[in-house]
Amino acid sequence: MLAKKEVSSVEMTQTFLNRINQFNPSINAYVSLDEAKTLAQAKSADERITAGNTEPLTGIPFAQKDIFCAKGWRTSCGSKMLANFIAPYDAHVISQFDAAGAVNLGKTNMDEFAMGSSNETSHFGGVKNPWDFERVPGGSSGGSAAAVAARLCAAATGTDTGGSIRQPASLCGFTGLKPTYGLVSRYGMIAFASSLDQAGPMAKSAEDCAMMLNVMAGFDERDSTSLNRPKEDYTRGLENMQAAQPLKGLKIGLPKEYFADGLDVCVAKVVQDAIAEYRKLGAETVEISLPNTKLSIPVYYVLAPAEASSNLSRYDGVRYGHRAAEYNDLMDMYCKSRAEGFGAEVKRRILIGTYVLSAGYYDAYYLKAQKIRHLIADDFKQAFKKCDIIMGPTAPSTAFKAGEKADDPVAMYLQDVYTIATNLAGLPGMSIPAGFDKGLPVGLQLMGNYFDEARMLNVAHAYQQVTNWHTHMPQGIE
Amino acid sequence: MMEWEVVIGLETHTQLKTNTKIFSGASIKYGAEPNTQADEVSIALPGVLPVLNRKAVECAIKFGLAINAKIAPRSVFARKNYFYPDLPKGYQISQYELPVVGKGEVTIQVPAVGKNAAYEKIINITRAHLEEDAGKSVHGVVEGMSGIDLNRAGTPLLEIVTEPDMRSAAEAVAYAKKLHELVQWIDICDGNMQEGSFRCDVNVSVRPKGTDKLGTRREIKNLNSFKFMQQAIEYETRWQIETLEDGGTIHQATVLFNPDTGETRAMRSKEEANDYRYFPDPDLLPLEVTEADKARVKAEMPELPEVMKARFEEQYALSSYDASSLTTSRGMTNYFVNAVGKLLSHGIDILISPEIPSTEAYAAKLCANWIMGSVSAKLNAEEKTIADSPVNETHLAQLLKRIQDNTISNNAAKQVFEAMWAGETDVDAAIERLGLKQVSDSGAIESIIDEVLIANRAMVDEFKAGKEKAFNALVGQAMKASKGKANPAQVNELLKKKLAN
Repeated sequence: MLAKKEVSSVEMTQTFLNRINQFNPSINAYVSLDEAKTLAQAKSADERITAGNTEPLTGIPFAQKDIFCAKGWRTSCGSKMLANFIAPYDAHVISQFDAAGAVNLGKTNMDEFAMGSSNETSHFGGVKNPWDFERVPGGSSGGSAAAVAARLCAAATGTDTGGSIRQPASLCGFTGLKPTYGLVSRYGMIAFASSLDQAGPMAKSAEDCAMMLNVMAGFDERDSTSLNRPKEDYTRGLENMQAAQPLKGLKIGLPKEYFADGLDVCVAKVVQDAIAEYRKLGAETVEISLPNTKLSIPVYYVLAPAEASSNLSRYDGVRYGHRAAEYNDLMDMYCKSRAEGFGAEVKRRILIGTYVLSAGYYDAYYLKAQKIRHLIADDFKQAFKKCDIIMGPTAPSTAFKAGEKADDPVAMYLQDVYTIATNLAGLPGMSIPAGFDKGLPVGLQLMGNYFDEARMLNVAHAYQQVTNWHTHMPQGIE
Repeated sequence: MMEWEVVIGLETHTQLKTNTKIFSGASIKYGAEPNTQADEVSIALPGVLPVLNRKAVECAIKFGLAINAKIAPRSVFARKNYFYPDLPKGYQISQYELPVVGKGEVTIQVPAVGKNAAYEKIINITRAHLEEDAGKSVHGVVEGMSGIDLNRAGTPLLEIVTEPDMRSAAEAVAYAKKLHELVQWIDICDGNMQEGSFRCDVNVSVRPKGTDKLGTRREIKNLNSFKFMQQAIEYETRWQIETLEDGGTIHQATVLFNPDTGETRAMRSKEEANDYRYFPDPDLLPLEVTEADKARVKAEMPELPEVMKARFEEQYALSSYDASSLTTSRGMTNYFVNAVGKLLSHGIDILISPEIPSTEAYAAKLCANWIMGSVSAKLNAEEKTIADSPVNETHLAQLLKRIQDNTISNNAAKQVFEAMWAGETDVDAAIERLGLKQVSDSGAIESIIDEVLIANRAMVDEFKAGKEKAFNALVGQAMKASKGKANPAQVNELLKKKLAN
């Protein structure tokens, strides 16, 4: 549309800005907006299009999760600690979008330091689920999720440490992909749990995700865990999904542990229907087992807080970020600044992480969790000998009401029961809209082998060719 | 009274000679304005990540090869967590369970002290690991506040840890000096102790002599001179022995040495020490060192001091002591090799004997004597390194050539050397000016001898009566009569001839 000059980037951007002005005050998806900066970017995108130097994302307005440092933008990570922090440099993801000529609409709300599954831990307040304002959008990428679902952006970025792209995608009814660990550089992405964090696209369709992943993925020497592999085109093969039974020969693994107790029966029904649709597309299904699934939450809640407790030590009030107004000495300054700057969930995880790394507890918790992490990865290795792709529910339920789980951390943690294992194994995972239960979206999760994103996107695209769940829009925000 | 034994181990922080920081591209040049070398990684902005500097790894490999240590094919960076304003991330990236360099050894030469002769000893190295330095707190610049300078934060360090193998301050200092020479020799550290490029922490404990159990140790932090190290260990040892003899107990502690008072004082008790909560840094992959990496670094390594010492003993027929003294630093070695080469280039004509098996050996011994004698004495007195010697290899070789060709005596040469140290550059002109030219004309020497024989009849008679010593006295008289300029060999020869008649 942009390349054909039917509409300019400035016009398109302005349309989104108008929608943001209209709906953001109630939805609270964005925490930072800068219309002048955004429109300037749109203007230079138009110049680029005029000059004939267009790439697929040139001129498209995106929302960026507030976990990515963007030069000149406040980058708060959902925390009071960084509520005054203006990033002096661009994250790799941001500079990739900039280089592609994309437009940054603003920074989106999120759970504080990405710790949460409902966006309720944000210093800037909760985010409304566009399908039902009484409900949460999921988290931690809740602002990006609401922005995509409410059409307050063309698409958005997110990050996923234990399900933070996929669970909100499921709860808000769109397509979200967490790539293989190391595919997208973490440089400039504020760390929560370094060995699990991974950035990915959040968009209406698999096709949009593929185009975004083309821009986001790639080796970056500034991230030592970034993988140096040849550039891939993630849109390849999408066109072949039009054929009759395009997935003939594809073996879908259905882990029995993902359809056991704890899964909402209505959600299970939607997921089973989606799988039936896949059989129609030519795929066969095979039951598999991921026996250590039940251990993934306890393992995650040892490892992620351990890393977080160390990653968040830099927020000490010395160089930037929140510093208490009054203090007696250095120790008092540290204690007050951190006590004031961090919210309850962040403090809870710092405490857990500090505990599990302490002398005398390290072996029993951290080391043991690392060993189980290998077992979980091995479960998948065995599974992928029997199938090409794994499918199941993304989240155990549809969107829950705000406040419903806020005082019960463990119930909240269980939101990620189906998504965490892929983070622990470093595998790619995806959630696609598969239908509705009582008017609320339900997501189908796809899990692939390492670097199998192109196949996953094809498989998702095939489904989106024969279903229209991903095109549904919430009522009241037309 | 009980005899005590001191047990000493060292931890040395060696600043590696890289251009940039260990985990970022910021410069590590010393002396820049505060925080001008603090990039986003150095100040630990949100979202930044460390990227390992391979040059620092090469330095570690070099060190491992130099001490004949096992270099880990896979080592791991770990986070050491603690809060301090000069530690921007709230953790230091170091190596904990799996260091890059494993067990090795360093041979030290402990100099003679009083009645105790010099000796060699092997000091075992436990490990050496890579880590980043912290920044600095600056006091007194900003009124009522402490400043933080993060220029040094992230500077690459190799921490070298010994076994508790040393038994005296002298051994500890000999080890520190040897290590200091070695890291400069292999060019991984500039060795500048004033700027903090080479800092030693010394663990000291005492125990009754003859027992095996280690006493409780106290760690003397951040010693940046060998003199202070000697003083600090001596004081600390005395203090610990006195404390124990007075019925007290030693508590594990970190202590600082005060050079003004010559005393050590506890900084903080280890009992309140931090739990550092070490764990592998998830931002960095395990460090892999392949055989090919080692081979490549090895190919670039200079000949090591021990190897060079053995070669000097072989090639130049030098004693072990001479060869080891000449291989203390690359500057010393270069000076020696150049001086020998230049002296030989002047053409040397000497008689070969079992003691002097070659002209090369002759030149080497002459150069060695002078470098270890006059040159070193002057350098030490003026606290100069050999690179700053006012008498360079060329001039020294010219001077030594004049000894060899009998133009001047060895003693006269010392006067010429003094003149050259003071700035003269033309050896022959200096000899001329000082009137030190040796008399080698046999006619002139003969007439001097004749006079001496006449004036010392009594000595001549004593000699003829069988008193060999009288001969030396007559030589001395003849040398004196010539004002030291007569060629002593010729005097000997002619005197022998005359007395035989």
